[in-house]
Amino acid sequence: MSFSNFARSGALAAILLATPFAAPAFAQSAPAPLIAQGCAGCHGQAGEGIVGASPPIAGYGRDAMIASFSAFAANERPGTIMNRIARGYTDAEIAALADYFSSLR
Amino acid sequence: MTMLTRRHFGALLAGASFAVAAPSVLRAQNGPRLVVIGGGFGGASAARYARMAYPDVAVTLIEPYTSFVTCPYGNLILGGKRELSQITHSYDGLRARGVDVVHEWASEIDPVAKTVALADGASVAYDKLILSPGIGIRWGELEGYDEAASEIFPHAWMGGDGSQISNLRRQIENLPEGGVVGLAIPGNPFRCPPGPYERISMIAHYLKQHNPTAKILAFDSKEGFSKQGLFQDGWAELYGDMIEWIPANLDGTIVRVDPAEKVFESEFGERHRVDVGNVIPPQFAAAIARDAGLANETGWVPVDPATFAAAAAPDIHVIGDANIAPPMPKSGYVANTTSKVAVAAAIADLRGEPAPENPVYFNTCYSHVGADYGISVAGVYRLDADGKIIETPDSGGISPRGPLADHAHQRAREAVYADGWYESITRDMFS
Repeated sequence: MSFSNFARSGALAAILLATPFAAPAFAQSAPAPLIAQGCAGCHGQAGEGIVGASPPIAGYGRDAMIASFSAFAANERPGTIMNRIARGYTDAEIAALADYFSSLR
Repeated sequence: MTMLTRRHFGALLAGASFAVAAPSVLRAQNGPRLVVIGGGFGGASAARYARMAYPDVAVTLIEPYTSFVTCPYGNLILGGKRELSQITHSYDGLRARGVDVVHEWASEIDPVAKTVALADGASVAYDKLILSPGIGIRWGELEGYDEAASEIFPHAWMGGDGSQISNLRRQIENLPEGGVVGLAIPGNPFRCPPGPYERISMIAHYLKQHNPTAKILAFDSKEGFSKQGLFQDGWAELYGDMIEWIPANLDGTIVRVDPAEKVFESEFGERHRVDVGNVIPPQFAAAIARDAGLANETGWVPVDPATFAAAAAPDIHVIGDANIAPPMPKSGYVANTTSKVAVAAAIADLRGEPAPENPVYFNTCYSHVGADYGISVAGVYRLDADGKIIETPDSGGISPRGPLADHAHQRAREAVYADGWYESITRDMFS
């Protein structure tokens, strides 16, 4: 096991070394904070959304996101499912979500 | 950790012109060993998240199948809306992230030596084990239902190699005109509470187009089910009297099946002949978890709700359908969101740090009822003062009920969002 592990990783490293610009940048991209992981299932790990389905939320303005959550929660903004979800988070959690998603491009 | 690691990482980046992925792959050789058993919604998400969040951790994923067939969206195959290839996912993305993917059955866990024995005789050592093995079928608990019977009456309740769902689809396609499709549905708890009812819907969706005089008899060991009102509204609106749901109090509990005679037999001895039978059997945690002594008398695994550490083995974190975590449902989304807390808690424990504070778990289950007709249940979960999992008060719940004419937009949007969910969460597992 340890040998094949080593051999396989060595092979991968060799490939990466041989193709410096083709390698994806994932190793340095940290995942979303735990509080935002619930969002990731529909809106994507980086809030990128799914074209035609889940709206993107990366780069959403911080204050706009907080306002949007409270409007959803109060049923002042029509929604299909976000109304039910928005009511599940505390103000502090919503602020943390807004901080994170507003920080993304 | 992150100070030291980031500094190292930065130094490597500054001094090296090679790819940014290389340092973490190399460094992981000497880091803590996180082993994940099971490459489904819990395990694949855990392995991917661990590589993203903890580049110094060596991650091994043990999964017998070389590709993953999702249970979610399997019902759409029955509805003729998806093909098997569209719900089959490769592990290449995880490999590219530096996960060591080992396609072998894990045959035994030694929680004291902290090793996993593989069916090929190899042994894998771990510092922390994330166990996401899914369900096992209680063969024989429903009399007459063994593995041979499941070829005639497929369960199609585990992805496996896709043969079960393909078998059921083929049988439904070959149903005689005006024939009867029978479903036997178990009592709680079981994997995917709304799943049987989405399945009924998707079978009806197919039959309405190809065999409109056919009947669906759904025999249930319960008297109620997930999103019941929404499903039944949809069935009445879309499928008229094609579907008959027979609850436990109307002798719906099937206690015996006879595959040779194509018969479902009820608790009170009624013998129902079916042309196609789908038996969703009683379940418990997969054998690997039970054999390791992690399950209690229910057959499921008790866990710490804040870390998912097994009550019987603190270095084994059990996520997904195998664990006991009510009121959360046994769903793919719950497996996905809890996997990340379990990984974070496991790594924190190795470092002598506290587990993540005030974890929040999340679930949304969409179900397709017909074309452009989706419904959902959502839940945001957290721990109460006693450390028990609760649903956040006054939140979550099901789509609004009411006549289709008043809710056509909502139902159509939720069908689209369901597709978006599937696309997004499978990316969060495998990309």
